[in-house]
Amino acid sequence: MFWQSILGIWLTLVILASFLYMPATQGLGESGRIIIYHVPAAWVAVLAYLMAMVNSLNYLRRKDLRFDRQAQINAELGTVFCVLATITGAIWSRGAWGWYWNWDPRQTSIAVLLMIYAAYFVLRGTVEDPERRANLAAVYALFAFLTVPFLVFIVPRIYDSLHPDLINMEKRTFDMDKKMLVVFLASLAGFTGLYGWLYNIRLRVENLLHRLEGKKEVI
Amino acid sequence: MVIRRFPWIRQSLVIWHKELRIEFRTRFAYSTLLMFAVTTLITISFSVGGFVPDSDITAALLWIILFFSAMAGLGRTFVQEEEKKTITALKMAVAPEPVFLGKYFFNVTLLCSLTVLVVPLFLVLLNQSVPLWAPFLTTVFLGALGLAGASTIIAAIVAKTEAKSAMMTILAFPVLVPLLLATINATRICLAGAPGTAPTTELLLLLFYNGAVVTASLLLFEYIWNE
Amino acid sequence: MLTQVKVHNLTKAYRHRLLFRNLSFIIPDQSVFVLLGRNGAGKTTFLRILCGLVPASAGQVEITVDGKILMPQEKRTHLGLVAPDLELYGELSAVENLEFFAGVRGIPFSLTKARDLLDFVGLRGRGHDLVHTYSSGMKQRLKYAYALLHEPKILVLDEPTTNLDEDGVQLVDSIIERQRRRGIVIMATNEPREVSYGDQTLSLDTAESGNLA
Repeated sequence: MFWQSILGIWLTLVILASFLYMPATQGLGESGRIIIYHVPAAWVAVLAYLMAMVNSLNYLRRKDLRFDRQAQINAELGTVFCVLATITGAIWSRGAWGWYWNWDPRQTSIAVLLMIYAAYFVLRGTVEDPERRANLAAVYALFAFLTVPFLVFIVPRIYDSLHPDLINMEKRTFDMDKKMLVVFLASLAGFTGLYGWLYNIRLRVENLLHRLEGKKEVI
Repeated sequence: MVIRRFPWIRQSLVIWHKELRIEFRTRFAYSTLLMFAVTTLITISFSVGGFVPDSDITAALLWIILFFSAMAGLGRTFVQEEEKKTITALKMAVAPEPVFLGKYFFNVTLLCSLTVLVVPLFLVLLNQSVPLWAPFLTTVFLGALGLAGASTIIAAIVAKTEAKSAMMTILAFPVLVPLLLATINATRICLAGAPGTAPTTELLLLLFYNGAVVTASLLLFEYIWNE
Repeated sequence: MLTQVKVHNLTKAYRHRLLFRNLSFIIPDQSVFVLLGRNGAGKTTFLRILCGLVPASAGQVEITVDGKILMPQEKRTHLGLVAPDLELYGELSAVENLEFFAGVRGIPFSLTKARDLLDFVGLRGRGHDLVHTYSSGMKQRLKYAYALLHEPKILVLDEPTTNLDEDGVQLVDSIIERQRRRGIVIMATNEPREVSYGDQTLSLDTAESGNLA
């Protein structure tokens, strides 16, 4: 309860600061404030998906259904944050360049990631046996994830990228206002905490459901 | 690992031969592939009429036809072994990797023999010339190879699910997006044939894609097969 | 040299249902082991675990052939399985089926060998017919040809006489007798006639604690 309250207050402060404390960005104007939500959402999506990969590998190695539950939860959370990142990205894109969607390499990759996980959940839905479901889902997730990096090479050949880079490669500096950086980092921490909290709750629910199923089948 | 690889090749050729023999008798997969490709091709040609479409569109059409044909024709690669219970006999006799390779070789054979018929027909019906024919043939070959590779392991997954027929396209499409983007772009470049252009990046990418797909499949196939 | 099957603390639970727990016993060379149990007791599952087709929940099966403990991938060379959930390729003839399995197993194959084997299981003259034209009894006979093709040390039979006529039942008797001299037979059955062949019998109905019946 204590950490939940801290997290709630923290995120509230981040939201307030993103509108009141932080100045509008140069170049991107007021719509640039969305960076405080867009980048952390994308970061959590990547984090959760990577955790799902680790869980899937662990499942294949140890064949313990606990890892499968973890993989499933991480895939779910990854997808939720991935959808958030996609939507905030599209809004930002509209504000900055005038259209919601332009098959930017990052938009393409994120769309393909969403398709992979949509397929992943459909696959899970069509297999009844828990061990078989865990096995197939893990293999599919690992196999599909492997093909994502190829997009990075092929998509720029077809469409140019408009996406801004946060890290300026030439000057090796972080292109961000100091006040903005503080809010941004606070948001990053807040989103990561939110992910950890959601993950914990989902895991407890899934473990309880698993135990409940055990009770049911004995009868 | 290295010592075991040589029997793999020989065993996988035995499996490939068995697949061919059964396919010659039933013609199930090949007729599905061919009928699917030809019907879509004729529909497209019919609706296009005398109008010669832009090479951007032609390139996409070609790979849409090949993609959906592969989904329709290769989806049953493992379903039959599962449904007719021959899978147990096979498991008792041979390791998983040769099974994957044998089925993969067979799917490559099927798709290559499909492209040999469909691609010329496609070029004729849509009135396309190919200025860069050597890169074009390479693209078609590497594309067919990649389609067969990804389809093989996805078909193995599909055979273990309860909604077999619907799953193939759903599972295969996200995996095949990089391949399709690369082949479509390469085909576009080859058909347009602007001076000084060549689909080098695309061909390299296709090469690496094929390598990655086959390697990953060999590592992961065991987990599906011994399910 | 020593050939034996050692089952140690074998347990299998399917989801939350326990099939058997802590089975431990040794099947010595030149013997017939019979597994009994009502339908759904887990006989087939036990045989599938033994063949390495499904994993056990706990415990292990250790197969020793000629004094050497087999690695999982070596099991294929020394095990032959006949079971209702195992079928041969219907679109191939009997001879082609045998040729294929000899091929993947990497053992020499000749038409003479196929003919001898098919004669032995009572399929003389039908070797070039496609298997899907066979009656179920003939298919069962062909499965014996498949299982004996690589002369395994251990023959695993699930319901050995399914679909067989009187002549076929006698064939199975002679195969079991022959295999007893060569190695080990492990079978799951409830037919009194086959049960009487067992040097050891184990009933899965009463085997929760792993006691041999």
